[in-house]
Amino acid sequence: MLKDITIGQYFPGQSIVHRLDPRYKIIITLTYIIMLFAAAKIPSLIPGVIFAVTALILSRIPFSLIGKSLKPIIPLIIFTTILNLFLYDGDPVIKIGFIEIAYDAIETSIMTIIRVIFLIAGTSLLTYTTSPIMLTDAIESLLAPLKKINFPVHDLAMMMTIALRFIPTIIEETDKIMNAQKARGANIETGSLAQRAKAMVTILIPLFVSAVKRAGELALAMECRCYRGDVGRTRMKQLKSGAKDYIAIILTMAFLALVFVLNFAFRNLELF
Amino acid sequence: MATIRTENLNYTYGIGTPFEKTAINNINIEIKPGSLVGIIGHTGSGKSTLIQHFNGLLKPTSGKIYIDDVDIWENKKNIRDVRFKVGLVFQYPEYQIFEDSVFRDVAFGPKNMGLDEEQIKQRVTNALESVGLPLSYLDRSPFELSGGEKRRVAIAGVMAMQPEVLILDEPTAGLDPRGRDTVFSLIKDYHKKTQCTVLLVSHSMEDIAKYADTLLVMNNSEVFCYDKTVSVFEKSEEIQQMGLDVPQITRVFNELKKRGVNIGEEIYTVNYAKKLVLEYLGKAGEKSC
Repeated sequence: MLKDITIGQYFPGQSIVHRLDPRYKIIITLTYIIMLFAAAKIPSLIPGVIFAVTALILSRIPFSLIGKSLKPIIPLIIFTTILNLFLYDGDPVIKIGFIEIAYDAIETSIMTIIRVIFLIAGTSLLTYTTSPIMLTDAIESLLAPLKKINFPVHDLAMMMTIALRFIPTIIEETDKIMNAQKARGANIETGSLAQRAKAMVTILIPLFVSAVKRAGELALAMECRCYRGDVGRTRMKQLKSGAKDYIAIILTMAFLALVFVLNFAFRNLELF
Repeated sequence: MATIRTENLNYTYGIGTPFEKTAINNINIEIKPGSLVGIIGHTGSGKSTLIQHFNGLLKPTSGKIYIDDVDIWENKKNIRDVRFKVGLVFQYPEYQIFEDSVFRDVAFGPKNMGLDEEQIKQRVTNALESVGLPLSYLDRSPFELSGGEKRRVAIAGVMAMQPEVLILDEPTAGLDPRGRDTVFSLIKDYHKKTQCTVLLVSHSMEDIAKYADTLLVMNNSEVFCYDKTVSVFEKSEEIQQMGLDVPQITRVFNELKKRGVNIGEEIYTVNYAKKLVLEYLGKAGEKSC
């Protein structure tokens, strides 16, 4: 069912990861991504892996949930691994008939698999532990310098907030309309590809109609509450950073440094 | 005519996530063909989940549903036929309208059944008559109609499939009192005319008591009671404790009884109450003379 989609969902909690300042959390996540991609050798991936697993344990988000968000990327992983294995030039170390696999190919494949898995796991952790509102607040605050060149930061953040806020609503609505059409015998899960494509129309039209209607109502409601954009707007919940945020970011930077140290230390490593 | 029977029916939402929630718990009921059953309960008591099992939109976590003694999940390929047999009108059904003419929207169900042009036309016309809309509406765009008319078009869309069981989830939600009465009496007439089984979901006792012959009261994901309407109102105290309303007229007569004026038991419609009051006054009048 559509309701089972977990990507981009927020799981409320009180853990240290939940309570970090979202601005820092975004910077930390970006640093974490750099950590994964700066690694040039397999051992240099270890800091990133330890970092993600520690954050996951601290957040008390069940591992099974992360597993669920990884499920859709399994085909991608398999596909890239196959390409990596066979399309890489180098001295072959394995020979089975006409298939030749180079050492570099194996190394690159292993690294790509680890990178992709931890990239998804780490970034899902960000959305799992940060409410959409906090996330966009943080983005607005981080992009604030761009206001000087008249970039509509606030408008963009508001648009993102609204979009994120309505994802679950629209998913729920889609689910409802889908069920209503299924109750009238629409071929949504069964039937040929052409039949299914046709059935999509019966879902999309009502969905657009209600989305447009809802947008109009929301705009009206916002105007009734005197919303007029960024100017003079204050916040009920101010973003505040404290000692835990500074410690978190220093630790992250230390992990990143460790990646470079490991890169240097194992620059000539050959596992077999 | 179809009989619906459930056996230890359970359904849990979001298994394996922090939002796991049991929506219905161990439901064992049998719905007799031709009856008009009212299903009442709080928001979140499991009514909507339960009815979505009857036409195979939800697959039970455990337990079975039988329609005419056939387990509907025994052969997955037949699930579409179950949906033609058990028609379901969702809450706010006007949100499912997608075609550019009333005719085409109402015809969507019958078309999916694979009927021929002639039959489809016949059924659409019948359905539109059943919901009391003039045939001149056939060529109009459903999006131009008023809210109440849209609702009736959507209901006609399910009636046109001529299901043996018709389930309506809060068919009058968001309508004004007159619209509510219209829709309810349309359903009552449809029931009388076709003799099919009708399940009516609502949280308003007031409305449902007037129309249903059997009531299914849900509370906390379980069946609180499932009985003839008269017998259910014997438990009106408990129903009120559950936070559900009993009809105003029932409350009045319960209060009268408490104060020593016992006119009658299980009164839940104004008409019946009127009859009893007149009888009572008549008797009292005779005595005093």
